[in-house]
Amino acid sequence: MSLTVESVLEPQRYTVTRADLVRYAGASGDFNPIHWSDRVADAVGLPGVIAHGMYTMALAARAVATWTDDAEVVELGGKFTNMVVVPDTDAGAVVEVAGRVTAAADGLVIIALEVTCDGQKVLGNPKAVVRA
Amino acid sequence: MSIDDSLIGRSWPASEPYVVSAEKVREFAAAVGASWSPGSAIPATFPIIVAGTLMNVFLADSGLDLSRIIHGEQRFEYARPLAVGDVLSASFSITSLRQMAGSDIIGAVTEIVDETGSLVCTTKATLIHRVGA
Repeated sequence: MSLTVESVLEPQRYTVTRADLVRYAGASGDFNPIHWSDRVADAVGLPGVIAHGMYTMALAARAVATWTDDAEVVELGGKFTNMVVVPDTDAGAVVEVAGRVTAAADGLVIIALEVTCDGQKVLGNPKAVVRA
Repeated sequence: MSIDDSLIGRSWPASEPYVVSAEKVREFAAAVGASWSPGSAIPATFPIIVAGTLMNVFLADSGLDLSRIIHGEQRFEYARPLAVGDVLSASFSITSLRQMAGSDIIGAVTEIVDETGSLVCTTKATLIHRVGA
């Protein structure tokens, strides 16, 4: 995929189910019960079980890897501005990752990301810098 | 329990090195639906395993309840790519603390170095401790 300035990268869509959150909890070691227990999520005032912010960021990283053919990531980050509520259904939630190249110089490519769920941005100013 | 400014500057070093294994990288990649094979790039968010372990030690030490912690921000800056076989040492430090809307906003940084002491990755977090919810 072209990584020249202003290139628009093909949006990637990922489904997130409760089973994915359980699997991610085990893989990452983040066993915060707000990511798997409706009872605890409710008790602490959340709208429901939510995805790990780091799960969402990992999906953003996966999109970047897809677009850049697994280029070396030098920087990756963003704010968690909205929660991804994951209902206990087969359909789960859908996270979409869009990206646009904003700079390319000195062997580094900066990709501005837009990560949404149900049309709402869930990451604030997410950005990746890759060596490509 | 509430927390106060005495936390700023405190560090929680890892008690033992973390060895990056192919099995763990494969498991982590698979958990977000990606496939990984030895030789390909390690997922960029993988060091959260190291940072998260130390965050849990900090929370336990500070008497904070994990279920009241929400992630506000995370950033990774790499000095070099991670590789299978890396033996990593890390330290988690509190860099800032403020209160907003009944929550503690905690800034933290985890520095991850290899067995030679060279920096591999710095990862910064904002953690929101929801006191009032």
